[in-house]
Amino acid sequence: MTWEPVIGIEVHVELRTDSKMFCGCAVSFGEEPNVNVCPVCLGLPGSLPVPNRRAIEWITEIGLALNCQISPVSVFHRKNYFYADLPKNYQISQYDVPVAHDGWLEITVDGETRRIGIERAHMEEDTGKSIHLGGGGRIHSAEATLLDFNRAGVPLVEVVSRPDLRSAVEARVYAQELRALVAELGVSDARLEEGSIRFDANVSVRRRGTDEFGTKVEIKNMNSFRSLERAIDFEIRRQVDVLDGGGELVQETRHWDEEAGVTRGMRTKEGSSDYRYFTEPDLVPMVIDDAWQAEIRAAMPELPADRRARYLSLGVDPQTAGALVGAPPAFRRLFDEAVDAGADAKAAANWITGELVAWARREEVDPAEVAVTGAGLAELVAMVAAAELSASAAKDVLDGMARGEGSAREVAERRDLLQITDRGALEAVVDEVLAEHPDAVERYRSGEAKVVGFLVGQVMRASGGKADPRAVNELIRSKLDET
Amino acid sequence: MSLADLTIAEAAKGLRRGAFGARELIDAVLERAAKTEAELHAYLTIDHEGAREAAARADEELASGVDRGPLHGIPVALKDNLCTEGLETTCASQILAGYHPPYDATAVRKLREAGAIPVGKTNLDEFAMGSSTENSAYGPTRNPWDTDRVPGGSSGGSAAAVAAGSALGALGSDTGGSIRQPAALCGLVGMKPTYGLVSRYGLVAFASSLDQIGPITRTVEDAILLLEAIAGHDPADATSWAGELPDFRSELGRGVEGLRIGIVEELSGDGYEPAVLAAVDAMVSSLEAEGARVQEVSLPTFDVALSAYYLIAPAEASANLARFDGVRYGLRVPGATTEEMMARTRAEGFGPEVIRRILLGTYALSAGYYDAFYGQAHRVRTLITRDFARAYEQVDVLVSPTSPTVAFPVGARTEDPLAMYLSDICTIPSNLAGHPAISIPIGLDPAGLPIGFQVMAPALSEPLLFRVAAEVERLASFDARPEVVTP
Repeated sequence: MTWEPVIGIEVHVELRTDSKMFCGCAVSFGEEPNVNVCPVCLGLPGSLPVPNRRAIEWITEIGLALNCQISPVSVFHRKNYFYADLPKNYQISQYDVPVAHDGWLEITVDGETRRIGIERAHMEEDTGKSIHLGGGGRIHSAEATLLDFNRAGVPLVEVVSRPDLRSAVEARVYAQELRALVAELGVSDARLEEGSIRFDANVSVRRRGTDEFGTKVEIKNMNSFRSLERAIDFEIRRQVDVLDGGGELVQETRHWDEEAGVTRGMRTKEGSSDYRYFTEPDLVPMVIDDAWQAEIRAAMPELPADRRARYLSLGVDPQTAGALVGAPPAFRRLFDEAVDAGADAKAAANWITGELVAWARREEVDPAEVAVTGAGLAELVAMVAAAELSASAAKDVLDGMARGEGSAREVAERRDLLQITDRGALEAVVDEVLAEHPDAVERYRSGEAKVVGFLVGQVMRASGGKADPRAVNELIRSKLDET
Repeated sequence: MSLADLTIAEAAKGLRRGAFGARELIDAVLERAAKTEAELHAYLTIDHEGAREAAARADEELASGVDRGPLHGIPVALKDNLCTEGLETTCASQILAGYHPPYDATAVRKLREAGAIPVGKTNLDEFAMGSSTENSAYGPTRNPWDTDRVPGGSSGGSAAAVAAGSALGALGSDTGGSIRQPAALCGLVGMKPTYGLVSRYGLVAFASSLDQIGPITRTVEDAILLLEAIAGHDPADATSWAGELPDFRSELGRGVEGLRIGIVEELSGDGYEPAVLAAVDAMVSSLEAEGARVQEVSLPTFDVALSAYYLIAPAEASANLARFDGVRYGLRVPGATTEEMMARTRAEGFGPEVIRRILLGTYALSAGYYDAFYGQAHRVRTLITRDFARAYEQVDVLVSPTSPTVAFPVGARTEDPLAMYLSDICTIPSNLAGHPAISIPIGLDPAGLPIGFQVMAPALSEPLLFRVAAEVERLASFDARPEVVTP
C-alpha cells in the first residue's frame, strides 16, 4: 500500500446544562415538540442572547481535560447561513478566538500510545430539528417539513482534532476516548443514539512519505463507533481506488449509508460556503481570567491521565496502573480506600485488577455490589505480606470477602486458611518429616541440595497446605546445615 | 389650548392637582390624532381601547393614592420597532404585517410599570432604515410643520406625533441619528443615550452595536423624565450597562460658565444650509455670552464616519434581518421548496431600501471583501472613538448642527440614496463611539422650519449633556408650534 490515510475528527458535544446556551429554556431530551422554546431560542424579533455561565465553565473543563490553552478573552461570532431549523438564520458560534485551543488527547492502539493534537474546542448553539414528511424522509423529495425547536439553542461544544489520525481504528479509538472523557467530566449525556455526541470525519489519503495533504472529503451521518470506523475504512478504500485508477477526487461532503455500507456524495450543489463570520454584536467578549480558570480546574473530577500518574507515583507498575485507570469506578474507589487504610498500593492494585475484576465478571456481580471494603482489602494485603495467607489461600479469602462473609481474618478463620506462623508448631512438623525421610537427609548432606524441594513438599502436605513454603524452606536448610 | 399640547411635566402636575384626569388627557390626545392623522400618518396602529383602559386604571390608581411617578397617566407613542405584547409590531415592513409579539420590550415594560399610557405604534422607515420615514411599507409620515415635507427619520412617526400633540412624548430608536434628526426637523428634543444605558431587549434590531432607544419630547425636562423611566441594567441584554446609573439631574442649573465647548470643524461648510449654520453660530455666541469657553475642534475621522457607518450598519443588518424568512412568523409567500419560499418571502416582504442594505452588508462581509470593507470600517470606528477621546481632552462637550438641512420636501431624496444618507452626517459619529448626544430646537429658518442644535458628550456623561441642553433650551426659548396644532 503506497497510500497513507490522513484523518481528522470533528466532534459535537451537547452539554447537559439545566438551561440552553442563551436563554432560560430547559435542556431535555424526548419531549413533545416545541415545548422548550421562548422568544430567544425561536429567534423572535427583538430577542437577545445572554450566555450560560455554566456552559462556559464546562467547555473550559473540556479544554483543560484536553490539555488545551484557555483563551483569557474569547469572542462569539455569527455564522451566517439560511436553514429552516436555524431560527435566526445565523448560528452564534466562535471563529478566530475559541475558548480552548492547541491541546492533545492520548490514544492507545495495539499497545502503542500516541498524542492526537486538538486544534480547538469552541462554544456554539445547536439548531432545531427538521422532520421531513413524505418522499422517504429526504429533504428534496419531502412534501412537507415539520420543525421542532426544543433542541435549538442547546449548548454545543465542537472539538476539532488535528489531522493526526492514520487509520479508521485510530479514529474510532480517538472518538471513544473523547466520549469517555466528556462522560467522565459529567458535562454531557454523550449518547450517540440520541445525538448528544456526534462525529464527522475529514478523510484524505496521500502517498506515503509525502507531507502534502490530499483532497479532503468530509463524512457525516455515522451513528455508532462501529459505523465511524466502517465509514472511514470504506472512504479510504474508495479514495485509493479512485487515485489508483488514475481518477481525481473532489472536495465534498459525503453521507455514510449504514445499510449499504458505502459513503455517498450529496447531490446538492455545494458552492464554497461563505459563512460571513463577524463578531456577535449582541454579546460582549467572554473573559475567563486565571482565578475563574483555577476555580473551574479545582472543581473538575480526576481525569484518566492524572489518575494514571498518581497510581504510578504510589508505586503501581505501569501495566497495572493502566488497567486500574480503566477499571470500574467502584473498584477505583476501593483502591483509594484501601491505600487510605494503609494497604501497599502495588499489592492492592494487583488484587483489584488481577482478581477482583475477574471475580465480578465471573460471578456477574456489579462492581458497586462487591462487598470488599478498603479496610478489608488492606487487611488481606497485610496478611499476605505477613505470610499469614498463601497466595492461593488469599484468593479464597477474597472470594469470601466479596460475598460479604466478613473481614479477611474472619473469612480465613472460618474457611481454615490461615498459614502456620507459629515457629514451634512448624518446627515440630519439620522435625517429624526429617525423621521420616533419613535417605533424603543423607542425600542433602552428600551435596544434593535440590532434595530440599522434596522435603518442603512433604512438610506442606503434612501441614495441610497451611505452612508458608518460604518459611519451611528456610527452616529445613537451617536444620540440615546446623549439624 | 388643548391638554394634548402640555409637556409631560405640566401634565403630571395637572393630573396631581386634579385639574383633569388621565381619561381627559388621553381623550384630548386621541382627538388630536383623529384630526391630524389623515394628513400626517404618524401612527401605524392606535390602541384606542387599550389606551382608554389604561387611562381609566391610572385615574383609579391616582385617586386611591397609588402614584407611579411623573409618567403615571401620560400618553406616549412607541416607535413600531419596539415589541408590544399583543399589539401589532410591523417595523413598517410587509414582512411583519399582522405580527403580534408575545412580549413587551424592556423599555416598553418599564414605561407601563411607570404608569405611562401607550397611545399606539408610530411609523418609521422600514426596519429603521432611512432618514425621512418615506421608506415605510404603509406610506410616508408628513411633517406637522409643513405637510409637503418629511418629518425626518427613521423615528419620523414618533417625532410627528409629539409635534402634532397626538402624544405627549415618544420613544424612538437611534442607530445613526434616527431620534435626533427627526426631532430636529420637527422642532423637538431628541436624545440618544450612551450605548447600553437603555436595554435593547425587544427593540427589533437594525444594527445591534449602534442601536439605542431614547426619548423624543417637547422639552429637555420631559426627555429626562422618559429616560429615567427606561434606563437601567437589564439581565436580558448582555450589552446593557451593569454599573451605577448616573443621576441625570445632578448637574442641572449649573449653567455653562467656564464650560469648554468645542465646535466640530468637520460638521459645517458645503452642504449645510446657511440658516442652519447661522442659527448654530448664534446659539454658540449665546453660550459664550453665558461664560462658556468656545473653541473650534477638529475631528478629522468624522469625514469618513458616514462611509464606515454604511458598512457596519448594513453588515449587522444583513444578519439581523436573516430571521425574517417566512418559517416561524410574519409573511410567507409559498414556494416549491423551503429555499424558494424563503427567497420569495424576502423578495416580496422587504422594501427596496432594506434589500439594498442587506445586499450591501452581505457584500461587505463576504470572503475576499471582508477586510477591505467591514474590517476597514471597524478600524475607522476605532479611530473615530480616538478622535473623540482626544477632543474631550480639550473640551467638555462638542456641538454641531443636528442636521445639515431643515426638513426637505417629500420625494426630494428618494431617488438619491447617497443624498439621503448625508442627512445623518452630524449624528452618526456618536453612534459609532457609543456616546450620548441630544438635539434641542433653537429656532426656525426663514420658511418657518425648525432647526436643531446637537450637543455631544463622553460616554455616561448624561448629567453634563442635560445640563448643557437645558441651558441651550433656556437661551433659545423656542416656543413655536406647528400650524396643525393651532387651528
